[in-house]
Amino acid sequence: MIAYVIRRVFHSMIVLLVVGLVAFAMFRYVGDPIDNMLGQERTQADIERLTEQLGLDQPFVVQYWKFLRNAVDGNFGVSYRQGRPVAEIIAERAPATLELATVSGLFAILVGIGLGVFTAIRRNGVASNLIMTLSLIGVSLPTFLIGILFIYVFSVELDLLPSFGRGDVVQVGNWSTGFLTKSGLLALILPSITLGLYQMTLIMRLVRAEMLEVLRQDYIRFARARGLRERAVNFRHALKNTLVPVITVTGLQLGSIIAFAIITETVFQWPGVGLLFINALQFVDIPVMAAYLMLISVMFVAINLIVDLLYFAIDPRLRIDGRTG
Amino acid sequence: MTDITQHELTNQPSRLKIIWQSDFGYTFRKSPVAVFSCIIVLILVMSAVLAPLIAPHNPFDPGTLNLLNGFTPPLTPNAFTGEEFFLGTDDQGRDIFSTILYGMRVSLFVGFSAVLLAMILGIILGLIAGYVGGWIETFIMRVADVQLTFPSILVAMLIFGIAKGFTPVEYRDQMAIWVLILAIGLSDWVQFARVVRGATLVEKNKEYVQAARLIGRSGAAIMLRHILPNVMSPVLVIATISLALAIIAEATLSFLGVGAPPTQPSLGTLIRIGQGFLFSGEWWILLFPSITLLSLALSVNLFGDWLRDALNPRLR
Repeated sequence: MIAYVIRRVFHSMIVLLVVGLVAFAMFRYVGDPIDNMLGQERTQADIERLTEQLGLDQPFVVQYWKFLRNAVDGNFGVSYRQGRPVAEIIAERAPATLELATVSGLFAILVGIGLGVFTAIRRNGVASNLIMTLSLIGVSLPTFLIGILFIYVFSVELDLLPSFGRGDVVQVGNWSTGFLTKSGLLALILPSITLGLYQMTLIMRLVRAEMLEVLRQDYIRFARARGLRERAVNFRHALKNTLVPVITVTGLQLGSIIAFAIITETVFQWPGVGLLFINALQFVDIPVMAAYLMLISVMFVAINLIVDLLYFAIDPRLRIDGRTG
Repeated sequence: MTDITQHELTNQPSRLKIIWQSDFGYTFRKSPVAVFSCIIVLILVMSAVLAPLIAPHNPFDPGTLNLLNGFTPPLTPNAFTGEEFFLGTDDQGRDIFSTILYGMRVSLFVGFSAVLLAMILGIILGLIAGYVGGWIETFIMRVADVQLTFPSILVAMLIFGIAKGFTPVEYRDQMAIWVLILAIGLSDWVQFARVVRGATLVEKNKEYVQAARLIGRSGAAIMLRHILPNVMSPVLVIATISLALAIIAEATLSFLGVGAPPTQPSLGTLIRIGQGFLFSGEWWILLFPSITLLSLALSVNLFGDWLRDALNPRLR
C-alpha cells in the first residue's frame, strides 16, 4: 500500500514537472517576452535590465528551476495584456469559477444519482424511458448549444433568469460570492445546469447500470425476504454497493467540470478563470496561459491521485490485495 | 494461365458490388439507422463540396451583397428589395443558406484533416510502440497516458494558443485553419495509438508475421504491409467517431473565438455570430447553422455507432 502510494505520488510529480516544462517553454519561446513586455519605446538599457530581471541570460536549466520556484510561490509573472500580476488576476477570478463548478458538481451528483436510482428501480416505466432518451440527446448536443438553448428559452422567451454575468456579488474578505444575494443565486442556475448536464447524464447512466447489476444479486433478494422496507433495500443495500465506480467517475469528471467551465463561462459571460483563459488565448497572453496550464494540471493530477487513493479507503478488497501484493 | 486470370478478372464483379453483397453490406441494408445517417452525411458532404455550384450567392464576394437585404426573415420578401431568401439573411444581407454551405465546407475540411492527422500519427506511434517495444513503447504510452488525463478540448486549446503565438501577426488569420487542424489532430491521436498498439501486440506473435520476419522483410515493411491491414478495422471505427468529435471540437473552438477566423467562418463561427442576434429577435441567423451542425454531428455519430457494432464480431 505504502509502496503504491509513493509510486503514484512520484508519477504525479513527474507529470507536473513535464507540464511545468511545457508552460516554461511557452513563456520563454513563444514570442519574445522582452518584446511583449516593453513595447515600442524601449532603450538598450531597458532591454538589458529586463533580461537580467527575468534571468533570460542564465542557462536553460537555471531558468526552468527559477520558473518552477516562482510558480510554487504563486508568482506567474505579469499579464502582457493587462499589465498586472497574473496571480492577482486569477485570485480575483477564481471565486466565480469555483462557485460555478461547486454548484454544477453538486447538481450533477445529486440529480445524477437520484435519476439513476429512479430509472433503475422503475426500469420499464414511461418516465424512465423518457429520461433515458432525453439523456441520450443531451449527451449528443455540444455544451455551447445547450447553453444558448437555455438562454433562449429561460431568458429571452420566458424572461425568468438572467442570461449573463454573476448578478450582485458580496465581498467576503478576498472572496466575492454570489451565494448571498437573490440575483447572484438566480444567475447561477442556468450556467451550472449547462455545465453539469453532461456529467449528470454520465453519473445517471452509470448508477443505473450498476444498480441493475446489484439489484439482481442474492443479498438484495435476501434483504427483501427479511421484510425490509423497499426504501431501505434500495438505498442502504443496493446504492451503497454501486458507489465505488461512481466515486471514481465523479472524481475524474470534477476536473472536466473545471475545464469545460471555459465553454460555459464564454456562453454566459461568467467572469471566471475560464473566460480569462479564452481571452488570453485570443490575444496570445502567454503568462496567463502558462499560469492557467499549471493551475489546471495541479488540479487534474491531484484529483487523479486522490481518486486512486480513495479506492483503498472505499473498497476493503483492494486494501487486502495491496498488503499482500 | 494468363488467359484464365484475364478471364477471371473481366468477370469479377466490381469492388463496390462485392462489398454490397457481403455480410457487411447486408447488415448495412438491414439497418435503417445506418442507411438514414449515411444518406444525411452524404447529402451534407456533397452540398458542402458542391457549395460554389449550389449556393445562390457567394457570401464572401462583397460585390454581390446588398445592405438593404439585411435581416430578411426566411421565405419572406425583403421590404426594400423584394428579394426572397430560403433561410433569410444576416445583418449585412448575406444569404444564410449560402453561408451555411460554405461554413460546412470549412467545418468538414477541418474535421476530416484533423482526424486524418490524428489517425496517421496514432497509427505510426501505435505500430512502433507495439512492434518495437522497449523504452520507446514506455515513452510513447506514458505520453499518451498523460495527455489522456486532460480533456482533449483543453489540449486543443493550448496547442492552438501556442501555435498562434508562433505565427507572425499578419499571417494569423490565413493560418488559423491549419493551426486548428494541427490542434485538433494532435489532441486526438491517443485513441488511435492505444488501439493500434493493443492490436499490434496480438498480431506480432502470429505466424504470418514470423514468416515475414523469416524471409527477411524489414521492420517497417512488416509493420506497414503485414500488420497494418489487419488492425485497420478498429481504426476505422475510431476514425468515424473521432470525426463527429472533431467537428464538434472545431465548432466549439470557433464558437469560443479561438478557431476559424471571421474571414473563413465555419459552422461554429456562424453560431457565435448568430448568438449576438438572439435578443433582437433574428432567430434564423442562429437557428439554421445550429441545426446543420447538430444533424452533421449526430448522423456521423450514429453511423459510427453502427460501424462499431458491424465490425465487431463479438457483438454480432
